[in-house]
Amino acid sequence: MSQTRLIQLEADILGKNNGYAQANCAQFARDGMFVLNLVSSPGSGKTTLLCKTLEALKDTLDLAVIEGDQQTSADADRIRATGVPAIQVNTGKGCHLDAHMVGHAVESLKPAKGSVLLIENVGNLVCPAGFDLGEAHKVAILSVTEGEDKPLKYPDMFAASDLVLLNKVDLLPHLDFDIEEAEANVRRVNPRARVLRVSARSGEGMEAWMQWLKGGAMMASATLPATAPLAAE
Amino acid sequence: MHEMALCESIRQIIEEQAGAQGFTRVERVALDVGAFSGVEVEALRFGFDVVMRGSLAETARLEIHQSKGQGWCLPCAREVEIAQRYDACPHCGSYQMQVTGGENLSIRELEVF
Ligand SMILES: Nc1nc2c(ncn2[C@@H]2O[C@H](COP(=O)(O)OP(=O)(O)OP(=O)(O)O)[C@@H](O)[C@H]2O)c(=O)[nH]1
Ligand SMILES: [Mg+2]
Ligand SMILES: [Zn+2]
Repeated sequence: MSQTRLIQLEADILGKNNGYAQANCAQFARDGMFVLNLVSSPGSGKTTLLCKTLEALKDTLDLAVIEGDQQTSADADRIRATGVPAIQVNTGKGCHLDAHMVGHAVESLKPAKGSVLLIENVGNLVCPAGFDLGEAHKVAILSVTEGEDKPLKYPDMFAASDLVLLNKVDLLPHLDFDIEEAEANVRRVNPRARVLRVSARSGEGMEAWMQWLKGGAMMASATLPATAPLAAE
Repeated sequence: MHEMALCESIRQIIEEQAGAQGFTRVERVALDVGAFSGVEVEALRFGFDVVMRGSLAETARLEIHQSKGQGWCLPCAREVEIAQRYDACPHCGSYQMQVTGGENLSIRELEVF
């Protein structure tokens, strides 16, 4: 029998993904891009909200979208119908996008400098929380049909998100969803999170969300020179 | 669900280490798993057996060291142990808590041939 030996590692299991995420993040910063990672359970209204947002902003901002789903290119097709470039990433058995997939998607999408890149993650309130993509912010979308307890049941995701959109508020009159309690639950897991009430269907609250988005885009692109300066001499 | 992906990462790290440190078989893999790492330990064990098949860690024993969550209570100005992200401070009942520990997920050590 040969002798065993011990190798002390302390190796971060997510280290590889974090490395790719840092590389993405550095590239986004260099290109003055504002990048959001939209996370939610399936059917909260991510694609609908994106389409409405793109329709409203496509004439004032450079926009691009990465769509993550296990199967089908249906959501990317819905995005492209607005005239905004989109790329579908199918994760197959995978339950989340990772930073490596996003890096490749960005390579083929070639978003413009100073643009806004919106990444719709796979509908799943668990797994995407651990996988940074290099984004500026995670935005969690919680629709009012899902129940006000979700922030407490999936605290990792809500703790990782800087903005929470409570979507489908047009349905509130038909439900016994307690929106104050939902907001209190978000604050319990994440006191710093901004919470906005929106309806992608009726347009209610969409202005505040788009203001937030435009503000972020302006800050991100502020580092870019206004016009490419001509080299002296 | 993503425990499979985590096991793939573990396998990759082991294979890189095998090249760098020159070993051919892994006897034991010890992991540190924080309470807020988002990992389901049973799913991790299941994924480990599936993913390590055919690798040099095929017969390895998986040892999981779970650690408690830690938070910094602002009113008390000290570190406290918490079971959930949204737990109140066990000393003063405040929710003004900043999570400071328990998000770690790493390979502590490998016992190899
Ligand atoms: N009433 C109402 N319905 C909405 C709203 N937003 C989205 N929906 C509906 O919710 C359903 C799911 O919307 P999607 O946009 O496909 O949701 P998603 O989050 O992209 O879904 P996945 O990508 O499959 O996770 C559709 O039937 C939408 O029409 C809203 O604000 N109000
Ligand atoms: Mg969608
Ligand atoms: Zn306290």
